[in-house]
Amino acid sequence: MARLVRYRRILLLALLALPLLATACGGDDDDATATAAASATTASLAAATPSPTPKPKLGGDMILATTTSTRDSGLLDVLVPEFTKQTGVEVKVIAVGTGAALEMAAKGDADAVLVHAPTSEKKYIDQGDIVEGKLVMHNDFIIVGPASDPARVKGTKDLNAAMTAIATAGPFISRGDSSGTHTAELNLWKAASIDPSKVRGREETGQGMGATLNIADQKNGYTLTDRATYLAQKKNLKLAIVFEGAKPLLNIYHVYVVNPVKFTKVKAAQGRAFAEFMVAPATQKLIGEFKKAELGQALFIADAGKKEEEVGQ
Amino acid sequence: MDALWEGLKEAIRLIVTGDAALRDIAWRTVVVSGTATLFAMAVGVPAGYALARGRFRGRTVILGIVNTGMGMPPVVIGLVVWLMLVRSGPFGGFELVYTKRAMVIAQFLIAVPLVVGFTAAAIQSLPRDLPDLLAILGAGPVRRLWLLAKEAQLGILAAVMAGFGGVVSEVGASMTVGGNLQGETRVLTTAIVTETSRGENEKAMALGIVLLAMAFAVNIALTSVQQRRRG
Repeated sequence: MARLVRYRRILLLALLALPLLATACGGDDDDATATAAASATTASLAAATPSPTPKPKLGGDMILATTTSTRDSGLLDVLVPEFTKQTGVEVKVIAVGTGAALEMAAKGDADAVLVHAPTSEKKYIDQGDIVEGKLVMHNDFIIVGPASDPARVKGTKDLNAAMTAIATAGPFISRGDSSGTHTAELNLWKAASIDPSKVRGREETGQGMGATLNIADQKNGYTLTDRATYLAQKKNLKLAIVFEGAKPLLNIYHVYVVNPVKFTKVKAAQGRAFAEFMVAPATQKLIGEFKKAELGQALFIADAGKKEEEVGQ
Repeated sequence: MDALWEGLKEAIRLIVTGDAALRDIAWRTVVVSGTATLFAMAVGVPAGYALARGRFRGRTVILGIVNTGMGMPPVVIGLVVWLMLVRSGPFGGFELVYTKRAMVIAQFLIAVPLVVGFTAAAIQSLPRDLPDLLAILGAGPVRRLWLLAKEAQLGILAAVMAGFGGVVSEVGASMTVGGNLQGETRVLTTAIVTETSRGENEKAMALGIVLLAMAFAVNIALTSVQQRRRG
């Protein structure tokens, strides 16, 4: 009996050690205080020196839920440090598909979202999950496929005809992950009155754009991709552009603040600061020039202040 | 073939030049997975001992749970921890999600069953009456535990290696729970995923080689301890 009690005690001790983990394992706290202290110092320094805009930095941190394309293209690596420099706000960039990003917003798990599926966004706007939407930029989707182009899409001008030809010839590799690109693809089938499940050899990868391009490349299939990711990956691919330039292929990015009235934990000031930063003239210039020199063409066209129907004209 | 060869060259270049970003990521990987493994040891070794030597009700059930946990996909643990820690989750108020701490918690939960399972197996392989013998020889409970652990150290080191190897090479949970934030929660495995999806295959390969080298270094260190003590 005494023995039994002893072993129980050991087990209990082991279990008691568990909650200690959360408190004992530091690191982030120190970082946070250090950065807070650092930004406080810079703020007071800025206040002391007579600069033209001597306002204290906002500070704090926030969660930005966004799409893989903005991260994989490298754009956020340029914009986020600039935002942090200007405002002192640390941004946690969570790059998931547009669908997942919007779902995070719908639970109040993010402070701002940068997404590119206007048809999906509408639902969340109507539900009151995301507010203060702002048009940020666009680039375009392109249809890529094997250089031999078995569906003979190259040179055609009609998007619906191109989709019909691909549906008959196949295979088509779909993202299948509720991302902005996946949503755009489904819209294209719908516009051409094609049932996606009837598309010959259509497969869903459930993965990001980069991985999906690789799979399409290996399987000699067609796929829909944003131009930015394709250009970044091009050196590893045999896929060629087979269709581009139609209006439904516009890939439009909006930034939203997650509704702070609906979700009290949302860091509204930081989220709003980010949304405003994205449409500020200096940021828009950065977006327009991003990788332009390197690639010989712009990856994103800055659109802030334009009306929705003016985009891409 | 190109990416393999270029990756190897790039890896050597990055290591030789002491690339700052790579050093950061590698160091963070060691810290996060090392911390998780240490905690898993602190909890898992006594628990494994208790499970191996204890005779109490529910022991078989617990062992069964542990053995299931050993084969549990890390990504499932990651998903559960993420749902717990995310702002709308039950522990959202602690603001732990997308931090190194959250990664340590997830990796801890992945490593614990491995450490418990291997430790229990190691202790059970000792002669059954050894604890009683030690008691007769006058060793108190703490000293007995220590002596038994020493006896089973080969197995316990194997348990630690399995735990560390499990978490350092894991990608799903680290990605979900840590968010793969550059300079904050990006570790070698999640960096490899990122570089691959960016089409930077050489860089991804280089990171993979670093990860491999690191796992090898840690294991060779532990193995040499293990084998020396044996001889």
